[in-house]
Amino acid sequence: MEEATGNKRFVEVLLVEDNPADARLAQEVFRDVNSSVRLHFASDGLIAMEFLKREGIYADAPRPDLILLDLNMPKMDGRAVLARIKEDENLKIIPTVVLSSSEADADVLISYQLRANCYLRKPAQWDEFDHIIRSINAFWLSKIRLPKQLDAPA
Amino acid sequence: MILIGEDRMPIEVLLVEDSPGDVRLTQEAFRDANPTVHLNVAIDGVDAVAFLRRKGAHADAPRPDLILLDLNLPKMDGREVLAHIKEDDSLKLIPTVILTTSDAEADIVKSYQLQANCYLTKPVQLEEFEVLVKSINDFWLKRVKLPQQMQL
Repeated sequence: MEEATGNKRFVEVLLVEDNPADARLAQEVFRDVNSSVRLHFASDGLIAMEFLKREGIYADAPRPDLILLDLNMPKMDGRAVLARIKEDENLKIIPTVVLSSSEADADVLISYQLRANCYLRKPAQWDEFDHIIRSINAFWLSKIRLPKQLDAPA
Repeated sequence: MILIGEDRMPIEVLLVEDSPGDVRLTQEAFRDANPTVHLNVAIDGVDAVAFLRRKGAHADAPRPDLILLDLNLPKMDGREVLAHIKEDDSLKLIPTVILTTSDAEADIVKSYQLQANCYLTKPVQLEEFEVLVKSINDFWLKRVKLPQQMQL
């Protein structure tokens, strides 16, 4: 058995996703593959921005190390959220991965124009969705050097 | 018989790297991992910008699908090349992966500020380097949806 990781910092991931089934599956996969991931959910774009700006009930929200962002969502869609993240001097360095079921080239293009760090298509099949989450973990949370949290205690 | 995808466009990768040893390793790793990758090499920042702008000897250069960019380069360094790419309305869409030996926090933050798509540190060990190139291939060239090539 693995010992609890005493002072090891959590990897904070914000998943912006309006589909509860996708959110639950993502949580299960991360639990399987990387126990240091702490997954936070925002079910629409407005909640995502409140979380990122630490407004209202999110006053104590951690700054995410990685954002996984759906495009088609109620209230404020993923394109608007992405634009706000990347226009904000403080938030823009947080890697933001678009994870959308849209196959439209226009959505891929606009995402890169709005400075998404990458675009992944969310597969309809559950086992493929499982693979995508695993590959995000294997690449973004294992290989890539993420920027250090600027406002975290050293 | 398996038909090799003759009509499939090669995936154009631009590697901006001044170390011949690393260039060769990257070439070999891609050859193993993905034969549809066509690796183009620029040996300094000025050469990289000339390639992207199709200047001089690079008049017929393809538009890269992915750029792998070292930071410490002669003539024009990788930070300047990155700024140049991300300030250009056409070039900024090309995913640009920083691949450098530097693990200085300042370089990591600066690269993300300049809109690098991601930052990877080059391992010193040969085997690990190969594994890293494979993981770039597996993620960026197999999983990620890249923007469609727009020939301008």
